Amino acid sequence: MMDGSKGFTDAQTGEQKIRNFNINFGPQHPAAHGVLRLVLELDGEIVERCDPHIGLLHRGTEKLMESRTYLQNLPYFDRLDYVAPMNQEHAWCLAIERLTGTVVPRRASLIRVLYSEIGRVLNHLLNVTTQAMDVGALTPPLWGFVEREKLCIFYERASGARFHAAYFRPGGVHQDLPPALIDDIEAWAEAFPAVLADIDGLLTENRIFKQRNADIGVITEEEIQQWGYSGVMVRGSGLAWDLRRSQPYECYDEFDFQIPIGKNGDCYDRYLVRMEEMRQSVSIIRQAIAKLRAPEGQGEVLARGKITPPSRGDMKTSMESLIHHFKLYTEGFHVPAGEVYAAVEAPKGEFGVYLVADGTNKPYRAKLRAPGFLHLQSMDHVASGHLLADVAAIIGTMDIVFGEVDR
Amino acid sequence: MSDAQDQALQELGDYIATKQADAVIGSEVAFGELTLTVTAAALPALVRFLKTDVTCKFSSLVDITAVDYPARRARFDVVYHFLSMYRNQRIRLRAQVRDDEMVPSIVLEHPSANWFEREVFDMFGILFSGHPDLRRILTDYGFRGHPLRKDFPTTGYVEVRYDEAAKRVVYEPVKLVQDYRQFDFMSPWEGAKYILPGDERAK
Repeated sequence: MMDGSKGFTDAQTGEQKIRNFNINFGPQHPAAHGVLRLVLELDGEIVERCDPHIGLLHRGTEKLMESRTYLQNLPYFDRLDYVAPMNQEHAWCLAIERLTGTVVPRRASLIRVLYSEIGRVLNHLLNVTTQAMDVGALTPPLWGFVEREKLCIFYERASGARFHAAYFRPGGVHQDLPPALIDDIEAWAEAFPAVLADIDGLLTENRIFKQRNADIGVITEEEIQQWGYSGVMVRGSGLAWDLRRSQPYECYDEFDFQIPIGKNGDCYDRYLVRMEEMRQSVSIIRQAIAKLRAPEGQGEVLARGKITPPSRGDMKTSMESLIHHFKLYTEGFHVPAGEVYAAVEAPKGEFGVYLVADGTNKPYRAKLRAPGFLHLQSMDHVASGHLLADVAAIIGTMDIVFGEVDR
Repeated sequence: MSDAQDQALQELGDYIATKQADAVIGSEVAFGELTLTVTAAALPALVRFLKTDVTCKFSSLVDITAVDYPARRARFDVVYHFLSMYRNQRIRLRAQVRDDEMVPSIVLEHPSANWFEREVFDMFGILFSGHPDLRRILTDYGFRGHPLRKDFPTTGYVEVRYDEAAKRVVYEPVKLVQDYRQFDFMSPWEGAKYILPGDERAK
């Protein structure tokens, strides 16, 4: 019996026993964004307690990384946050470059910015539209995924893979972009704002969408500090904190972009922030393309040296290059001993890598700091007191992807 | 990282070391990052100081993790990363702990430490005293061992499959058809510190 009493008595007598109701949300629930199991304790429809069980997608990435070379470890990063793969690779490359003291060529740096922003749009498109789906709208994800598919093709044309790109390499990027690809990305960046306006028209003033998101999951400045939030979870509450601006990496300091912030810190404001971030990303993409075409933007895309392969031409003529190539892809490069924490502003928040190198060709320890891990941790705190239906909206707004939470 | 920034970090490290002399053992700046070596027992007080002091303001916990050095007497390094959004600076705390030592939990100072400490417990078997709910987090229900310890094999001990006869998932000891491939890149010309195959004939 739902109310916990076997002998049900009349409601008017007040004799019946009422107990809280426990339900399992997930692991196979479409709104759980992957394999999340929430054990919810409900009082009627109100969530009293929420215990997330994670680890159903745990693959032991950190353990596996300890027995692979630095370069072999790179593709694991695509599989963390598989919604915006290259942003994760970026953190790994930055960590290695910091330890080895490698300077990335300018063209490679610009390409990295370009693809990081494409990754941001990829992520926000998925997040915004699937959150709309979680609260009952079906059209936005269909529209959003059309655009995502176009971006996946840009990934594919640069790296050969739609998702698991392994394109950012320590010392630069793997291949230069063909001019036609840059033209096509520019054409896309011209057309995309109209699509974004369409999605905006579907959602922003939609009554149901507003009712389901406004005043849900309000985050205050104090909670940001307590729960270690980052990314949109911070900016939605009015703090203009963005690592691209406050601790610039790559060449973000020469780009002109705004950091959108919310006012109320609720799910609706975070949705608005994500929409505006996509517009800013498109602007960064346009600037990056202009810089890539400028004379200063030409040149190599890999810092030729010990940690990167020699050019194909060199390998045909120089024995040393051939040996270097062979050693690089069998033994891998050695990273000097030391420890470093490299963080990037991934679309979901601060994604960091804590790398402990011991001077060999394999990392001694690598810790992947995923923003979603901290966001999901506060689920009990944020969801308590909300209705069961709001749980889906809160999971959506926290932007949780299990690849990175479970690692 | 410029020298001026390194200098500022070093000064910050010295400042914390003087204010919290009983907690901080040493400070160093490397790769533009400040690392304090601290005693595990004094962690909560130090973290509270870092959170509230106006020159520090390290109010966000970024990460807690551990590193295993099996050869050392104090086997583990527990590593904390903090961030100050207000003063735009980062800090790393490192405490050495023995196998049988408990680390005081900082959940009271930072609620976000909860899952990180559970993860460190799960992966390394380090116990945190005062933690409200020290369960395993990432590994399977009923898992044994601590995977990120260096003496835990990458293949693990058990494997899972669906048994058609029993109509359920069964756990069995790992059976490998070939050895796990671990290549040795130590060059014999550079003086490997172990006996290479064939060395015995050279005598």
